[in-house]
Amino acid sequence: MVYGIVRLINFAHGDVFMVGAFLAFYAVEKFHLPLPAVFALAAGGSAFLAVVIERLAYRPLRNAPKIAALITAIGISLFLEYFTALHQVFGPNYYAFPRPFHVVSLEIGGITFTNIQGIILLSTLASLGALQYVVYRTKVGRGMRAVSHDIVTAGLMGVNVNAVISFTFGLGAALAGVGGALYGIAYPQINTFMGVMPGLKAFTAAVLGGIGSIPGAVLGALIMGQSETMTTAYLSSTYRDGIAFVLLIAVLLWKPTGILGKARTEKV
Amino acid sequence: MKRCWLLLAVLIPALVAVVPTHAKEIKIGLITPLSGDVKTFGESVRNSFLIAVEEANARGGVAGMKITYVIQDDKNDATEAANVANLLVNQQRVKAIVGSVTSKATIPVSDIIQASKVPTITPTATNPKVTVADGKRKDYMFRACFIDPFQGAVMAKFSRETLKGKSAAVLFDASNDYSKGIAEVFRDEFRKQGGKVAAFESYGKDDVDFSALLTKVKASGADVLFLPDYYNKVGLIAKQVQEKGLKVRLVGPDGWDSPDLVKIAGSAIEGGYFSNHYSPDDLRPEVVAWVKKYKEKHGQVPDALGTLAYDATNLLLEAIRKAGSDDPKKIREALASIKDFKGVSGKSTLDRNGDSIKSAAILKIEGGKQKFVKMVNP
Repeated sequence: MVYGIVRLINFAHGDVFMVGAFLAFYAVEKFHLPLPAVFALAAGGSAFLAVVIERLAYRPLRNAPKIAALITAIGISLFLEYFTALHQVFGPNYYAFPRPFHVVSLEIGGITFTNIQGIILLSTLASLGALQYVVYRTKVGRGMRAVSHDIVTAGLMGVNVNAVISFTFGLGAALAGVGGALYGIAYPQINTFMGVMPGLKAFTAAVLGGIGSIPGAVLGALIMGQSETMTTAYLSSTYRDGIAFVLLIAVLLWKPTGILGKARTEKV
Repeated sequence: MKRCWLLLAVLIPALVAVVPTHAKEIKIGLITPLSGDVKTFGESVRNSFLIAVEEANARGGVAGMKITYVIQDDKNDATEAANVANLLVNQQRVKAIVGSVTSKATIPVSDIIQASKVPTITPTATNPKVTVADGKRKDYMFRACFIDPFQGAVMAKFSRETLKGKSAAVLFDASNDYSKGIAEVFRDEFRKQGGKVAAFESYGKDDVDFSALLTKVKASGADVLFLPDYYNKVGLIAKQVQEKGLKVRLVGPDGWDSPDLVKIAGSAIEGGYFSNHYSPDDLRPEVVAWVKKYKEKHGQVPDALGTLAYDATNLLLEAIRKAGSDDPKKIREALASIKDFKGVSGKSTLDRNGDSIKSAAILKIEGGKQKFVKMVNP
């Protein structure tokens, strides 16, 4: 989403996700907050962090060459990983994420699933719906689409470009924060480098599904996830990442804008 | 600016020359993971190393020399381990090293100390490649523990004979020498004992979701699941085994030995068996005295890693005493000639490859605690 608007791969997205997981961890472990409050804290904290990052690191480089912003993004990502790994911040260790509720597993016709997976599925659908609503039904969403389409013209038309971009960062980060909290609950072990792979895979899934399309991102993520799981299940786990990325390349060769992406002409 | 550096370059050696060097000191290094995914290992190794050094200094040092030390954290990362080994060897100029703890960190360390000829003893790295690479012995590298082939074979035999396992599944980390090495030995030995290896699957270092692998294990009908990895990953897998409703007996190697395993896995790890280097429930007087000493100082029962670190440090100090000098070459020779050293974890003799020959303990996790089952001899 951020990429769609500012043409910048936000490498720090995975690390914001990590911060969300840690906020949720503290909320559960230290303050014993109820589940909705845990998610609210993770979302709010991550959104705040992302807005601050955008204001301090990305906005001064809005008109700088793309490569400068890209390197800054990598720098922010490394900064978040190593700064939070300091003993005074989160610490460099692996922490066991306490389960805020009891895990129940159900088996229906040979398929086992747990209530955690249910919660993840429901919250994904809910946030997807909310995101669709914000982007296509609200004023700020219209602003986002306008900025995404053409940043200069949108500014000329009276859209407050900076505010819209800040909002986009915050919104994306809030979702990442909730994702981090869910991840911590599902795989109860967190550390400050946990965001690297999910961040990379999230971007890959967005590219696969088509940048700028929300259902596309979900579709991309499902295809990536399924191909990994199916490879592990029917071939060998060693081929897993290889096959997933070969699939990505194949799809992009066939449809460079992603499965649900719309072709757009690059203005030179 | 340039002149400034020149001045420094002249001054620093001059200063060093003026400061009287203490002839009666020997500096040794410790490399251990004090942070990262196996930090409980590193902490008990450091605690035990310090106990051994303090004891020796209280007795007046070794061979008339007071022991000083430098401790470095390798974060259980191969690159970081190589960095700190270089630091110890080239900047701190230590005469001998204890470390590192895991095989994946110790293998890079072993190459560096071999090139610089600094005798090193690892308390706990069990992969064969630590002391021998491509059939060539790294003659400055030693270890105070048994090696993976022995450990994998012991657990395969135990799973077949005592647990009556018919078919086993093995999940291992393909990027970890320790995990992969034990997995392969276990597979071969379990087959040799007449069992069936129904699944032999690997995962990546950063994986957290094992549901596809476990579905495969479930379909394979295995009754024993062998998990050769460290406690953090084993805890995660065990939890998902439980959530998937898999009915298998969990079995593993010494990487399970951490209080954090039960913290992460909870009841999921209950009834699991693993091989280890010693058990605090052993009744030999050396063990009783050691457990008491460690408990007084650190308020908990020492794990096997700590115990091996105590033995490894004492082995090294014994070699320095025998060598009667701080010459790394003489210390190496003394280490190589040690026989029947009476350590807390049992008697050990360093063999041709610098590996310790000693027996293994099998422990069971019961009620969230480790329970001694039996000793297995080589």
